[in-house]
Amino acid sequence: MERPVTLNINGRSHTVQVEPRALLVHVLRDTLNLTGTHVGCDTSQCGACTVLVDGQAVKSCTTLAVQAEGTRITTIEGLARGDTLHPLQMAFWEKHGLQCGFCTPGMILTAVDFLAQNPDPTDDEIRHAIEGNLCRCTGYQNIVAAIKSAAATLRAGNAGAAA
Amino acid sequence: MATLFGSGIKRREDPRLITGQATYVDDVKLPGLAYAVFARSPYAHAKITRIDVSAARQAPGVIAVYTGADVKDRLVPVPCAWNVPNCDLKIPAHPLLAYDKVRYAGDAVAMVIAETRAQARDAVDLVDVDYEPLRATADPEQATQPGAARLHEEIPDNIGFTWVVSGGDAAAAFQHAEVAVSQRIVQQRLLPTAMEPRAAVAQYNRGSGQLTLWATSQNPHIHRFLCSVMLKLPEHRIRVIAPEVGGGFGSKIPAYPDEALVSFAAMELGIPVKWTEDRSENYKVTIHGRDHIEYVEMCGTRDGKITGIRTRVYAGLGAYASTAAPGIPTILHGLVYSGSYMIPNIHGTIYGVYTNGTPVDAYRGAGRPEAAYLIERLVDIFARKIGMDPIEVRRRNFIPKDKFPYTVATGLIYDSGNYEAALDKALGILDLKAFRAEQAKARKDGRYLGMGLVSYIEICGLGPSQVAGAVGFGGGLYDSAIVRVYPTGVVKVYIGASPHGQGEETTFAQIVASEFGYPVENVEIIHGDTDNTPQGWGTYGSRTTAVCGSAVKVAALRVKEKAKLLAAHLLEANEADLEWKDDAFRVKGSPDKAKGMAELALMANVAWNMPPGMEPGLEATAFFDPTNFVYPFGTHICTVEVDEQTGQVKILRYIAVDDCGPPINPMIVDGQIHGGVIQGIGEGLQEIAVYDEEAQLVTGTMMDYAVPKASQMPHIEVAHTITPSPVNPLGVKGCGEAGTIASAACLVNAVCDALAPLGITHIDKPLTPARVWAAIQKAKGATP
Repeated sequence: MERPVTLNINGRSHTVQVEPRALLVHVLRDTLNLTGTHVGCDTSQCGACTVLVDGQAVKSCTTLAVQAEGTRITTIEGLARGDTLHPLQMAFWEKHGLQCGFCTPGMILTAVDFLAQNPDPTDDEIRHAIEGNLCRCTGYQNIVAAIKSAAATLRAGNAGAAA
Repeated sequence: MATLFGSGIKRREDPRLITGQATYVDDVKLPGLAYAVFARSPYAHAKITRIDVSAARQAPGVIAVYTGADVKDRLVPVPCAWNVPNCDLKIPAHPLLAYDKVRYAGDAVAMVIAETRAQARDAVDLVDVDYEPLRATADPEQATQPGAARLHEEIPDNIGFTWVVSGGDAAAAFQHAEVAVSQRIVQQRLLPTAMEPRAAVAQYNRGSGQLTLWATSQNPHIHRFLCSVMLKLPEHRIRVIAPEVGGGFGSKIPAYPDEALVSFAAMELGIPVKWTEDRSENYKVTIHGRDHIEYVEMCGTRDGKITGIRTRVYAGLGAYASTAAPGIPTILHGLVYSGSYMIPNIHGTIYGVYTNGTPVDAYRGAGRPEAAYLIERLVDIFARKIGMDPIEVRRRNFIPKDKFPYTVATGLIYDSGNYEAALDKALGILDLKAFRAEQAKARKDGRYLGMGLVSYIEICGLGPSQVAGAVGFGGGLYDSAIVRVYPTGVVKVYIGASPHGQGEETTFAQIVASEFGYPVENVEIIHGDTDNTPQGWGTYGSRTTAVCGSAVKVAALRVKEKAKLLAAHLLEANEADLEWKDDAFRVKGSPDKAKGMAELALMANVAWNMPPGMEPGLEATAFFDPTNFVYPFGTHICTVEVDEQTGQVKILRYIAVDDCGPPINPMIVDGQIHGGVIQGIGEGLQEIAVYDEEAQLVTGTMMDYAVPKASQMPHIEVAHTITPSPVNPLGVKGCGEAGTIASAACLVNAVCDALAPLGITHIDKPLTPARVWAAIQKAKGATP
């Protein structure tokens, strides 16, 4: 039996009818047309479906839509401010941190959460932070470079904001 | 603007990809869309005695259920498109839905169409099939043994072909050789694992008779052709669109039953139908790679001259011959047995063997990594045997730079090369002397450090169409481009190839913008839609830039040629008096009398004042067919430390020096190298598709199949040498597969060097701690 769920996504409230068994990723993609969130596996390994739930990186393939009620969800579509890309989006672009782009939304959102917790990470810390996100194209090297570069940008921005 | 060619500018495809605005196949939505899910065999080999779909047909939301009986007389089995000649190739029928027998776990027996994905999936569980299980094997050597399970009635020994490559006189070379070494090598099955699983959306318009198929394809024109065959629908009634494609690595080249069946359902039902693989399904039914069991030998002189190489290879084909499968372990493997070396005597016997595994086809490198691996392993084993530094052995056998074009014993003509330069550059980055000193010191401390080196070549830029025909490839291997200049001067380029992550929307725009004196933003590259792109053969085999990029360049030059005639007319000058300078045609000596491309485009498109006889418009089409393959090369070096107690391999440094000709966008080239190297390290270190005794895939999900993670992989030090190819106007060679071709062998060479004090000469990849530990125990005389 379907039931109504109200989800706050990218700052907008959506009330949708879902089966209790419906996964958050399927509701995002199929019901709400937010197809930037991808499905790359069925065992929670690949991380292509990662979204932010109350700021935390969460695999939306392992979350029921009904569990997400009352949370604030950010998907890749909601990361930029208008035409201004998030520093991580910018850094992935500048450092060639993507090729086919399929893992990229999940990778970026994982990094958003990670940099909030660790604003000045080492390469090694970055590599561990993204081990729940698989990429088959880049060999990760430029993803690491992108996250590092975005960290510097974010730190500079925060320092500016503080001053 | 000429500096655009060779500049590492940011990719033009990225803004949509980093904001979630890209459209992959599973993102395509159409009104009234229904969903397909397949019922697949749980057995690797079984007779089907009964199929009952009545309960599935009654399930909520189900629109239709099809079985093999429904489609076998209406659809053509999946074609194999590489009829390798001069061997006894047997291609058994590959029905779209199995009806009498299943031959691998995952073989589809029914297709359910329902209103929602969940309903289709629920209904598949109600498809009731009675199977009579048969003996099965996924091992290509075992499958040839007497008494092995027989997959196809007409092929009693499961041998799909026996193909021989021969040059010189290998038998004599081995008979008279001072030294010979041999090794059994297993090149394990791998799962390509494009991050985007395969998907298809089909829409059929009964009024116009047009089928539109959105497909995860590396080569939409090939898919159009093969779907036309399977569906018995004329090619011009089919439009294949490969929108954003999330990686391929070869797995999205072949024709599969799935896309054809989804199209069939859309045609039968008059509604659009979507199917999307899940990852477990992808691992079961999307092609696998490699799967060789090899007996290989090398012979030579005590002073390090290699005189012969000989192989016997059991190459697993899986249950059916996939689209390009017969060509992979033969043409793309056996013909490159000479590697970077002058080896006068070569003989290889390749058995293509049907097994109860998933079909095997092209996976990044496709035949060439297997060749590079066995050659480069043999060189090290040979060097060890004669007590010579393997670097020195390589130097003594390299084809010297002044011998190109060089014809190797298998008949291939290498276009250009400077192998020693790449080797020297890599050694310079390493600081060999310092490493050897560190290694010697570590050995005294009981630690195992090692260095592996590989000097590979690959054959790519596939290739001359005449050669494609001669080697039985069921298509051409030219590629194409239309360069169309709009009235405002901006340009759209329609290409025949179909990139899916390689960045050609950027690099090809750089080619045209450089020619026209434009900023790159003025040029847009369109690909992946058979209704608006000229006939092309797809993106694989590191061919897109060398072949399709060359077509882009030729078409751009044709446009420019016409523009020059128009400029001469408008400037009232002789064509011979014009020169292209500072982004415009200028009258020599009067540089202010000039016409740029944008101005000429406007005149050509409005055609108010054209030279007599000149047609309006400014566009050109080019079909570029290269005169030869291109042969990228390079040297990779890997240093490792092996933990004697646990067998754990730690990569200390990885250095890649590749020569792919002049890079159009160095940032993108390096990205290709990074990704390729990591895929090869995955192969060398941890990736393996495991089948059990009943041919069940044990590594059927990402929990079990070890796709490399960021934390497991090293930083790669990348450098290049640049040796242009003479066979295309860009001089480029291709870089998509280079990393993968070199790196697995490089890693294993390093580990075997580390463990040399224990007398270990070879361990089969992947070098998991368990395997390395077992080899160490065996070498020490312990029972592992």
